[in-house]
Amino acid sequence: MSGAEFGLALSVFLACAVEAVEALTIVLAVGSTRSWSSAFWGVAAATAALAAIVAALGPALTALPIDVLRVAVGGLLLVFGLQWLRKAIMRASGLKALHDEEAAFAQETEAARAAALASGFDGYSFTIAFKGVLLEGLEVAFIVLTFGANQHRIALAALAAGIAIAAVVGAGVAVRRPLARVPENAMKFAVGVMLTSFGMFWGAEGAGASWPGADAALLVIVPALLAVSLGTVALIRRGARAGASAISEPAPAGG
Amino acid sequence: MGRLRAAAFAVWDFIVGDDWRVALGVIVAIAVTALVATSSVDAWWVLPVAVVAVLADSLRRAARAARRG
Repeated sequence: MSGAEFGLALSVFLACAVEAVEALTIVLAVGSTRSWSSAFWGVAAATAALAAIVAALGPALTALPIDVLRVAVGGLLLVFGLQWLRKAIMRASGLKALHDEEAAFAQETEAARAAALASGFDGYSFTIAFKGVLLEGLEVAFIVLTFGANQHRIALAALAAGIAIAAVVGAGVAVRRPLARVPENAMKFAVGVMLTSFGMFWGAEGAGASWPGADAALLVIVPALLAVSLGTVALIRRGARAGASAISEPAPAGG
Repeated sequence: MGRLRAAAFAVWDFIVGDDWRVALGVIVAIAVTALVATSSVDAWWVLPVAVVAVLADSLRRAARAARRG
């Protein structure tokens, strides 16, 4: 397995695991408070919809000329990766609250209890489970398609996604609780760095640039972006501390 | 029409996210890379510089908004 393929598999695995944890929280909440069978039907319908999206778009993407594919995929990965990285930096530096699976589970559970309960098939459980899995899964499908198509390794990307889902679902079934101990922000940070790095690499190549050292440039791009991101977190934290101490210290009396 | 608008908004939100300036910055940066690549100057450095600038600008605005509460 080459370095780029390892990066592909790792990015897809981490992104898929994070999204699977969030989807699992939603399904556990509606399943445990209302109807497991209706929630499972929702999961099955969303999985079928995601499989159809991947099956329809995968061949279309791989049929594009390589430079068009790289510039389109690079641009999309950059936009997408910067969203992940921006949110992860904001969470790590305290600008945004950390995602809390226990709190999300409590909120979903309360909403599920408040909705009217129907006898037999429960449309509420089906809809919430369907929407949760589809929306979280779309991000994963997007990452699988863009990474996989660009390297013509959609099967490898799909395998990494499948292993991540199996691991998360297995852990969820074992503990029957939301997976609150999963270091979600650290994983999102890593995914943001990987997506943005690969987006820069492919976007520049697709636009006609040549990287020094070709594929080996990724070995510099990924750690450099990670260092810049961690440095940004430290800078924002220091700025927030300086602002807080300026507020807490009384202003000097007189002129 | 309402559903069409909702679907268009969902697609926009999915791809562009919270800060449209990031998406615009990426498009401009790729266009500049393509332009520089047609000259005799190396073009690989454009995207890394643009990514750092776009990310810093977006976070600076987010930090300012957070301080305003």
